[in-house]
Parts: sequence; structure tokens; C-alpha cells
Amino acid sequence: MSLEYIIQILKPMLQGAQMTVLLFIIAIVVSIPLGFLLTLAVQSRFKPLSLLAQAYIYVMRGTPLLLQLLFICFGLPMIPGIGEYLVLDRFVAACLGFILNYAAYFAEIFRGGLLAIDKGQYEASQVLGLNKWQMTTRVILPQMFRIALPAVANESVTLVKDTALLYAVAVPELLHYAETAVNRDFSIVPFVVAGIIYLIMTLLLTLLFKWIERRFRFE
Amino acid sequence: MAFIEVSNMKKSYGSLDVLKQISFDVNKNDVVAVIGPSGSGKSTMLRSLVHLEEVNGGSIRVADDYLVKDGVYSRPQEIKQITLRMGMVFQHFNLFPHLTVKENLELAPRLLKKESAAEIKNRSTDLLAKVGLLDRANAYPANLSGGQKQRVAIARALMMNPEIMLFDEPTSALDPELTGEVLQVMKHLAQEHMTMIVVTHEMGFAKEVANRVMFMDNGEIIESGHPTELFNNPQFDRTKAFLNRQ
Repeated sequence: MSLEYIIQILKPMLQGAQMTVLLFIIAIVVSIPLGFLLTLAVQSRFKPLSLLAQAYIYVMRGTPLLLQLLFICFGLPMIPGIGEYLVLDRFVAACLGFILNYAAYFAEIFRGGLLAIDKGQYEASQVLGLNKWQMTTRVILPQMFRIALPAVANESVTLVKDTALLYAVAVPELLHYAETAVNRDFSIVPFVVAGIIYLIMTLLLTLLFKWIERRFRFE
Repeated sequence: MAFIEVSNMKKSYGSLDVLKQISFDVNKNDVVAVIGPSGSGKSTMLRSLVHLEEVNGGSIRVADDYLVKDGVYSRPQEIKQITLRMGMVFQHFNLFPHLTVKENLELAPRLLKKESAAEIKNRSTDLLAKVGLLDRANAYPANLSGGQKQRVAIARALMMNPEIMLFDEPTSALDPELTGEVLQVMKHLAQEHMTMIVVTHEMGFAKEVANRVMFMDNGEIIESGHPTELFNNPQFDRTKAFLNRQ
């Protein structure tokens, strides 16, 4: 196990890590707002919308992410009639799967944040003459996001690790290159290197969220 | 004409009557202390005045406008205009935890856009000085004591220039040594002739500051009168029994 060898395998693995990071960014940037919309839908007084959102969350949280990814990549194209139009680029399909799945989790996290807000906050807003929009945007949502922050951080770390599922739909990413090197060179080193790269990514992410939490401590 | 006139106000949750046809007036400059055992409907009565609870019958008139007349509520926009004439202080302060003291005071006036930013800023400075918390203007509620929080809440309610202040057990959530500073601020308000309705367990405050005491029990106003009269010579057994327990 020479340093030269590590540098040699590091290059493709870092390229794979780019895929991981790209998927992570796309998934988080889209699924957080989408999850928030889902929360609003669940809270909606329009019952059909609320039920639909609840059913969606139930299905997304109640089935494996791997199954959902396989379903989108390989299942959709098999649907008679429209299947041929549903053949997506693997990476695009994977992004879609992650977004749809993580939005459901974020929706539940935000709902928990909403439930944690004291009803006195609504009452104070009302007697001070705030309308519903003002109350929501200026009083409720800032508190909801603050309460949800630690859970969002936790879920984001999980997302980094879940990107390894790209392996199953044959999108070359970090784990894929590690596995290739392991098989080719009959060495355990690439697995260790991959693990270290994941650790570095989750460490950076954890530090980022710690910084955000400090920034919004309101003390 | 009385500033607030409540007649036959009724409120029930299912078969439980929380308020049984209660009627009373509040004049300008009155300081009314509402006393009575827990569950007697005091808070519900107060909260109904600012539309935090909907009543099931009766009327509430504020100045020339009816919040609710014979059980029928006014339109939402009118309700808002009427309730904005009243300031409300809650037992648990209900400050906005994500805003500083100053931002707590200025949020609503800024959003309602009736005055310039400079006017709002001046008034928040004045009011913070008045409740003795000018030096805490940039603190977050989490870093204040209970007494300080409640003083901020009073200043926040005063920012809206209310014509009457409603206090819902303003000192009940405070440690005993912190109630004094809050009662002092309320006493000052009374001396400045602010019209006030105070639901309270502080008999001392009721005796000293109120010009009328209302005793409620079981959803009814049992009796009401000048503090010396009511405390020294209660007319009803239920009032006597309650006062003896204090």
C-alpha cells in the first residue's frame, strides 16, 4: 500500500465524488422547498389536497429508496404505451428519485417544527393585527425553520451517504470507482479511501450546519 | 356611554357552559380587576373581548362598534379594527423568540404601515424607557427574566396605541420576587389613566390599583363593586368563601 497507489486510485474516486456532491446539491436544493410545500399541503384545510399529500408521504417513507430508484430507472420504461417516453438519463432519474423521496422526509421534519410552535405565538400575532400572510412569514416560518434545523442537518448527512445508492442504478460515483479498484487490484485500500472521503464530506456538512445553528440561536 | 358594553355574553364547549349570559360595562379610565377561582371563566371572558375566543351568544360593543351583536359577529375587517383598539398581555408573555426586544415592539407597527419608521422607532425607545428596559433593546427574549419578558410584552401591546389594555394573569407565570416589577409598570399605566381589565390572583393589586373588582365563579359574575366594598363586605357566600381562601 504505497502513497503512489493511493494517488492513482484517488483521481477517479474524486471524479466519482463530484457526482456524489452534484446529486447531493440538486437533491437538497429542490427537496427542501418541495418538502415545505408538502407540509403546507398536509396542513391545508382543503381535505383532498391534505389526504393526497399524506398518502404521498406515506408511500415515500414506507418503501425503500432503492426500490423507488429502480422503479424510476427501470420500472417506468416498462409501462405499456407511455413507457418509451419515460426512459430517463440515469443520473436525471436518480435525482428525481432522491428529490421525491427526501421531500417526504423534509415535509415531516417541517411539520414537526410547526407543531412545536406554541399557540401563544399565533394569538400574539392576531391581537397585534398581523394578517395571516404576515403571521406566517414573519412569526411562524422563521421559528419553524429554526426548530427544524437540527433534524434537517441530520437528514442531510443521511443524504450524503444515500448517494451511494447511485451504485445500484449504474451511475458512476465514488463507491463505484472504489469497488472497481478493489476488484481490479484485489486491495482493501480503495474502500478505506472511499470511507475517508465520505467522512470528510459529512464532516464539512456537519460543520456548516453547526455554523448555521449558531448563527440562528436567537440568544 | 360606557366604552365597553358586554351583554348576555354566552360561551360553551359542548354541554359545558363556560360563560353564562354575563353582562358588564367598562368606562374609560376604569381599572377593573377580575378575580375568582380557576375555571371560573375569567380568562375566557377576557379572551372573548379580543376575539381570541368566539362566543355563542350575546353582544360585545366597543365604543360605537359591535364586535358581536346578539351572537352575530361583524365582518373580519371590522373585527380587526375593533380588536386593534385593545392591547393584550398574556400569562406566558408570548414574545417572538426569534426577534430582539426592539424588533418585538416594532414588528406589528411596521407591518401595519400606519406611521413612519422614525415615529415607530421613537415610540419603541420611549416605551422601553418607560418599562425600564432600554438597555435590553437588542437582547433576545431567551436572555430576559420572566419579569423583564412581561414588561416587554406590555410595551409591545402599548406600541399599538390601544385605548384599553387587557391583562390575562400577567404575573401568574412569574417567580414571586419578579411580580413586583410588572405590577409596578401596570400601576404606572393606571396612574396615567389607561383603561384596564386585569384578570389576576394578586389581591393586593386589586385592592390598591383597581377602582372596581369583579368576582367571577362558575361562568357568572357573582358580584362587582369598589374594592373596599367587595373585599370588606362581600354580599354573597361564594365571594366570602373565595376571599377566605386567599
